[in-house]
Amino acid sequence: MPADDGRADAVRDGAWRGETAAALRVVVPAAVSMVPFALLIGFLARQNGLSTAEALLMSAMVFAGSAQFVALDLWSWPVPVASLALTAFIINARHILMGAALMPHIAGWPKRLAYPALFFLADEIWALSMARAGGKPLRLSYYAALAAPFYLTWISMTTLGHLMGAAIRDPARYGFDFAFTAIFLVILSGLWRGRSTLRPWIASAATAVAVWYLVAGPWYILAGGIAGAFVGGLQGVHADDD
Amino acid sequence: MTIDPMVLAAIAAMAGATYFTRIAGFWLVRRVRLGGPLSGALAAMPGSILVALIAPTVLSTGPAETGAALVTIALAWRLPPLVAIAGGVATVVALRALTG
Repeated sequence: MPADDGRADAVRDGAWRGETAAALRVVVPAAVSMVPFALLIGFLARQNGLSTAEALLMSAMVFAGSAQFVALDLWSWPVPVASLALTAFIINARHILMGAALMPHIAGWPKRLAYPALFFLADEIWALSMARAGGKPLRLSYYAALAAPFYLTWISMTTLGHLMGAAIRDPARYGFDFAFTAIFLVILSGLWRGRSTLRPWIASAATAVAVWYLVAGPWYILAGGIAGAFVGGLQGVHADDD
Repeated sequence: MTIDPMVLAAIAAMAGATYFTRIAGFWLVRRVRLGGPLSGALAAMPGSILVALIAPTVLSTGPAETGAALVTIALAWRLPPLVAIAGGVATVVALRALTG
């Protein structure tokens, strides 16, 4: 894979402009769809007795929607620090696979920039990065232009949700809960490379649904991802486009 | 605007656990020589994780979600992402109203 050095984004050649514009085009719909959830998380933080500053701090430091959602569901006083950390780990364990899959595309980034950049590896940022890497080298400037608006929207909207309080409605009322599924389906249609993609995806879907039925919690994501990767490993690289 | 020390500890612990998951895969795979089956597995991983994320919603939540997923895929075939996403959300709202 052509892992592009972040330093290749020399400011003088203006490449970052094109990268930024391209990233903004794809990240804006994702950020807009996320707003109702950010507002809801802020509201739930308020209901559980967190101050505005604490709600803001949680979004800024954790930056993981589903983990924050479940943490606020489990929240009690005194604060169960260890179980909250364990829950965050289990829910976010899928990011281990995501980081592994992203590695070949960012291997050329300077390490001192790659590790801080990975802080922002939310599902949507990862998915949009992989979609980009399917066609072009993934540059740090592109990744940054994905992460910055998404991160700032997340923090500001969870804070706003905390301030608005009871005015927040359930996102599912307006179908916003489906927006994430729709975004991921659109990204998936871009990852389609013909028959070689089909077998891992079928293995993943079948495993995920089975585990989802049998085991409570987010294990179905890991199980499906591993099953798909296993089948991909068996059939080797067919759609290698570099 | 107060920050309770225990709340701060909980947030820091959650943040540490989350950051660990985000760097662990990158850290690990950097240290292995890629080739053969491992490359195939890594190539299949992005699609497989996305499929796993949405499979329960798309396949076993209800006819509204399955129908809206099909509409989204059909729209994504030729139209811009935003149209496909909006079309999918509109379809799920309409189908949920129809199917109760």
